[in-house]
Amino acid sequence: MIAALMGLLACQLAGELIARLLSLPIPGPVLGTILLFLALLARGKVPETMRDVARTLLANLSLLFVPAGVGIIQHLDRLRGEWLGILAAVFGSTVLTMIVAVLVFRGVSRLTGADRISPDRGRA
Amino acid sequence: MIPSTIEPVIQGIWVYLTARPLVWLTVTLAAYLIGQWLFERSGRRPLVNPVAIAVLLLVVLLMATGTEYKTYFDGAQFVHFLLGPATVALAVPLHQNFAQVRRAALPMVAALVAGSVTAIVSAVGIAMLFGVSLETSRSLASKSVTMPIAMGITEQIGGIPSLTAVVVMITGVIGAMVVTPLMNLMRIDDWRARGFAVGVASHGIGTARAFQVNEIAGTFAGIAMAMNGIATAILVPLLIALIA
Repeated sequence: MIAALMGLLACQLAGELIARLLSLPIPGPVLGTILLFLALLARGKVPETMRDVARTLLANLSLLFVPAGVGIIQHLDRLRGEWLGILAAVFGSTVLTMIVAVLVFRGVSRLTGADRISPDRGRA
Repeated sequence: MIPSTIEPVIQGIWVYLTARPLVWLTVTLAAYLIGQWLFERSGRRPLVNPVAIAVLLLVVLLMATGTEYKTYFDGAQFVHFLLGPATVALAVPLHQNFAQVRRAALPMVAALVAGSVTAIVSAVGIAMLFGVSLETSRSLASKSVTMPIAMGITEQIGGIPSLTAVVVMITGVIGAMVVTPLMNLMRIDDWRARGFAVGVASHGIGTARAFQVNEIAGTFAGIAMAMNGIATAILVPLLIALIA
């Protein structure tokens, strides 16, 4: 487990370093994701402990947003004045983005034939 | 109720403990567990969102005890820190489902560009229509990407990074609440498309929701979240120059 954690942190660190050194617009953790992906591709298979650590982190991903979310307490004054506009913008934009993304994904998938090979369907 | 000799002792312990990370770290986990328990009790209804419940409980607690956000964050930062390694961990499901991902490369790139532009322009546009200040509107531009990335972008374009953090959280919660009923209403039964849409629109919290529902949806949401982190970092400075 320590090795898996180390692997994740090392990829993130390398990502941050590369992003800073080359002053890329890509954020460090995202570069870290790409680096780990390439490492896994080279290795051919995911070590079991790495799979467990990744599954645990991803299964609890939403917990990690709580501390910064509590920061809402610092913005109560601003929100009191502009809450309607902010809420309308956030809600409207989030729903609109999902509709646009899903329709474009389905449309292009149908056009390019990416549909026929992937029968994985469902609903929930 | 408490004898006057004991009160200073309790006061002393309280002062000692709250100055240390332990209390607020423990309380953060407890608040989230309560949120999750309510979510399970409700039959996993998307409207009962564990993040929203946890944040609400913690805000009430901080206000009731007169605790500064900074003091709270000194403890809670250990949870916050894990956002980085968790983003890196997305490489694992990506690798495991790579064959399927590669076949969907074209739909993904198209949906990414369309979704990313829609997210930025509509958020800033709607805010400005409602007469929201320029500084606040700019802080909404990167709301659909994961927190550390979004805050960096806002700093770059002259918004308020800590406000962006809050808006990012709200966006995630809304996406997680809306995605299932919305996709069912639209009769979308393709897990890849459903996951990708929620990942583009509402980053990690949407991705967490997708993983709860289906692993393929979760994988595609994770990829969408990573790709949109890059796309938004590039697109926001360009689009902001045009619209606000």
